[in-house]
Amino acid sequence: MNTSHTQRAGLFAGVLLAVLGSLLPCLWFLLTSLKSPLQIEAIPPVWWPDGNLEFYISVFTDHHMLTYMWNSLLVASATTVTALVVATPAAYALARFRLAGRAWILGGLLCVAMFPHMVIAGPVWRIMERLGGLNTHWGLVLPYIALTLPLAIWVLATFFRDLPAELEEAARMDGCTAWQALRHVMLPLAAPGMFTAAILTFIYAWNEFFFALLILTDPGRHTLPVGLALFQGEFTMPWGELAAASVVATAPLVIVVLVCQRGIISGLSAGAVKA
Amino acid sequence: MTAHPADRATARIMVCPALLFVAVFALYPAMDSLVLSLHRLYVSLPGLESSFIGFDNYAELFRDPAARQTFIVTLGFVVLSTALELLLGTGIALVIHERFTGRGGVRAAVLIPWAIPAVVASQMWRFLANDQYGALNLMFFGDRTDAYVPWLADPWTAFGVLVAADVWKTSSFAGLLILAGLQSIPEETCDAARIDGAGAWQRFRHITLPLLKPALLAALLFRTIDAFRMFDLVFVMTQGGPGDATQVIQFYGYKTLFVEGRVGYGTAVSVTVFAATLLLSLAYLRAVGSTLLSRAST
Repeated sequence: MNTSHTQRAGLFAGVLLAVLGSLLPCLWFLLTSLKSPLQIEAIPPVWWPDGNLEFYISVFTDHHMLTYMWNSLLVASATTVTALVVATPAAYALARFRLAGRAWILGGLLCVAMFPHMVIAGPVWRIMERLGGLNTHWGLVLPYIALTLPLAIWVLATFFRDLPAELEEAARMDGCTAWQALRHVMLPLAAPGMFTAAILTFIYAWNEFFFALLILTDPGRHTLPVGLALFQGEFTMPWGELAAASVVATAPLVIVVLVCQRGIISGLSAGAVKA
Repeated sequence: MTAHPADRATARIMVCPALLFVAVFALYPAMDSLVLSLHRLYVSLPGLESSFIGFDNYAELFRDPAARQTFIVTLGFVVLSTALELLLGTGIALVIHERFTGRGGVRAAVLIPWAIPAVVASQMWRFLANDQYGALNLMFFGDRTDAYVPWLADPWTAFGVLVAADVWKTSSFAGLLILAGLQSIPEETCDAARIDGAGAWQRFRHITLPLLKPALLAALLFRTIDAFRMFDLVFVMTQGGPGDATQVIQFYGYKTLFVEGRVGYGTAVSVTVFAATLLLSLAYLRAVGSTLLSRAST
């Protein structure tokens, strides 16, 4: 009885620590975004804001927030759709067919996922210079696809492998080709896996900074991370606007996490331990 | 598993586009960097043809005092942040593995630092550590404004804030990998020990921890590799400063390659990071991946 009491107290303390530790820093930025310009510059700082939306308005009117969001949405969506279209058949083939060098391909993909971006960035920049992809969104989407494919393939391959084989075999028996079996039998079953892969790919592309910084030089093309990293005011650092912009940039991700927590957790460990 | 020859051809076609993408935008660039790092090449001197100089760039890298400082900072950052992330990650995993009401919400809350764009997290921590308006000073010193510390202006505290920000951002990812390991431990094992009278700590120490080893190893290697290539935090928070106190190797490579235009030398820096992470990846594949690859090849 006694030990179970202490255990419950311990669990409660652990939960509290984990949640507070995760959210408090964000909360500070959220509160900051709701302050008035006068409150921001108070020394010592004040905890509670007046509930002022001035910074949010300013971010959209003076700081190109809509442009950044549109660019990010464009790049992230294009990356997600293309990566999934390419990854799905590859994952299906790797999970279901006796393919020469299958283990090598899967292991190699895992290694590629761990490449430092620096080592590919220079040559990719030169490829894009030759193709005219510098300062264009497709010039960013192409490397993003290559960098997200490994994780997408791993998530999907783990998912395909765990699907029952009977339905597919029945379909093949009835004369379906491999493509038809994938299209009509496996895809509907794999929808949750594809959803997870799509979310992970989207979050990656929405958040990526390094390549975006190198490829997109024109402020009109900047994605959110670049816009936020190079955020500047006329004279002083505009912390209020920056906080508001950060909240706007992060809100879609927070919603995704709240809704899809389960899929994200299972997907992230697919390439690591669970496979 | 079908082995029809027509299927084998189809399977190859299915894999091809993916491999093509990876080959053109990851493998070829990596090889190209390898070759470039053996050349002397400057962006600012376009008339100068690139010339093959063997391993001179690497020799310079190991002689250069700025590079040596970078190595020390990087190594310190990798060791400290990875150790803390594993510790906190294990704690997080143990907590979100338990059954309680509202667990889904807690899991989502823990995931939020992972999901936030690194640039946003960096700006957030930069403001938390602000010398006048920051929450860190408010928390530690309250109204005593004369005691306020300019965290990012001192080499040691700047390094500390950088580690804290990275640990905050990525502990949950380590936690998820460890959680997956916890979930693979059959409950009966722990129940049996409980019936035999083992306390919570004894159960953790003698049953959970040994069985958790592969997951811990996975988290360790993933986090180490990621810490080696850390860039966003430094770019936004410190630009490597004050002085070169937080100049991690990725940022050093970026500066030499893209700001100073020393293409050959800068590429040698990034190839060094590449070699280190590749070795770690291979170690990982050998240790954990052996089971996964053998399953993939059956």
